[in-house]
Amino acid sequence: MSLISVNNLSVAYGANTVLRNVGLELEPGEIVTIVGPNGSGKTSLLRAIIGATAPASGVVSLKPGLKIGYVPQRLHIDQTLPITVERFMRLTERVKAAVCTDALRAAGVPDLLKRQMSQLSGGQFQRVLLARALINRPDVLLLDEATQGLDQPGSAAFYQQIEEVRNATGCAVLMISHDLHVVMSASDRVICLNGHVCCEGTPAVVASAPEYRALFGAGTGGALALYRHEHDHDHTHHNEAAE
Amino acid sequence: MFDDFMTRATLAGIGVAFAAAPLGCFVVWRRMAYFGDATAHAAILGVALSLTFEMSIFPGVLAVALIMALTVTFLTGRGYAMDTLLGVLAHSALAFGLVAVSFLSGIRIDLMAYLFGDILAVSRTDLVVIWGGAVLVVGLILWRWAALLTSTLNEELAYASGLNPKREQLVLTLALAITVAVAIKVVGVLLIAAMLIIPAAAARGLARTPEAMALIAAAIGALSAFAGLQGAYLFDTPAGPSIVCVAAVLFVGLNLIGWQSRRGA
Repeated sequence: MSLISVNNLSVAYGANTVLRNVGLELEPGEIVTIVGPNGSGKTSLLRAIIGATAPASGVVSLKPGLKIGYVPQRLHIDQTLPITVERFMRLTERVKAAVCTDALRAAGVPDLLKRQMSQLSGGQFQRVLLARALINRPDVLLLDEATQGLDQPGSAAFYQQIEEVRNATGCAVLMISHDLHVVMSASDRVICLNGHVCCEGTPAVVASAPEYRALFGAGTGGALALYRHEHDHDHTHHNEAAE
Repeated sequence: MFDDFMTRATLAGIGVAFAAAPLGCFVVWRRMAYFGDATAHAAILGVALSLTFEMSIFPGVLAVALIMALTVTFLTGRGYAMDTLLGVLAHSALAFGLVAVSFLSGIRIDLMAYLFGDILAVSRTDLVVIWGGAVLVVGLILWRWAALLTSTLNEELAYASGLNPKREQLVLTLALAITVAVAIKVVGVLLIAAMLIIPAAAARGLARTPEAMALIAAAIGALSAFAGLQGAYLFDTPAGPSIVCVAAVLFVGLNLIGWQSRRGA
């Protein structure tokens, strides 16, 4: 059976219906990305899946015993709260230091164990969030705009990391993103959301769908071309030349 | 040894410090300082009620503090400007409590004892209530520690881990009401929030983990209670405020040391 199965889901805040009759299936090992404009109900969908928002109607069913690794959109740690990366990794799971280190390595930041969370850069912080989500070997990774605050090469590297994690562990990935330019390359399926499911399919199918173009404009028609642009090198040699 | 009033007072102060330290950390992390104030100020209304019905102070204060804390929790996130609302609730409760106490003409009440505490008059029974409450609060927080910490860091993360942040908020609310009820005798309604916040804030610079911060806060709170009482005895100053003064001096001192060592590094 599917890991996550959403049927006819509607979510409303008071009189304001944000999601109408949404359906979604997540199969083992696949990477599904939800795209959509602001206010299209992306976050509400994810909140309904983790049980933070009660549906107005419809059903969200998770495979029994499903282990979810959740990477929040933005995690604000108050200045008054001291916490090391190691302690943060053990927030909900009692695990050995070696397990923390393995998860950090899988997320691409192996050397941060003893650092304070407040001293991390934006990219390091998001990778630690990813590592924490990996610590209980989840069946599904859920990511809510996990690359907010990262620049484009940073986001691209982050999504590449997600793909590597999926390839290494076989976990399914369901993520929300607004990084149209970079997100689709790593996705098996894209769901375009705007209160309801506008269109869905492989990245190439969605990018050429008229519904998608109506939402994001013709300007993003080049998205596929853009994300195929390789960012496998950085540009420090310009600086070296300047010096 | 419980025959000596200074021993009883010191034990009472340390009991309150132990309950206030871990709770105070959450109050600081979640930016609930004003919330603590509102709950504590409402306690004077509980005092008036208890005296009216001629029962002991503890249950009356606990009930009113709990009602106040639940009211504030209920109104949170329902579109009210929270700091305004808390200001209204906290000071209204205090004012109504003071007026209500003044109606109790039959008994001469030393209001100061409830506003600033009366730690030197702590009886054996008070000591049992204070330590009972402290053990309950510490036990409650230890039991829910991981869930409370996760909910404090991120609500969605808590939900995704199968926790309910709303229930954890209730745990804190209950712990706060109990702490207020047991602390009223020691530092009084006006200074309860100080015992919550100052030790936790003073511990911040010394701690690298949340657990360390709570433990250090407990040590700072207990030291403040001990030294404050000694100072009060020596200089004949009011005991509750003296305890808070020591905590404040420790806060400034620890921050200066932290600032110096950061500059040196």
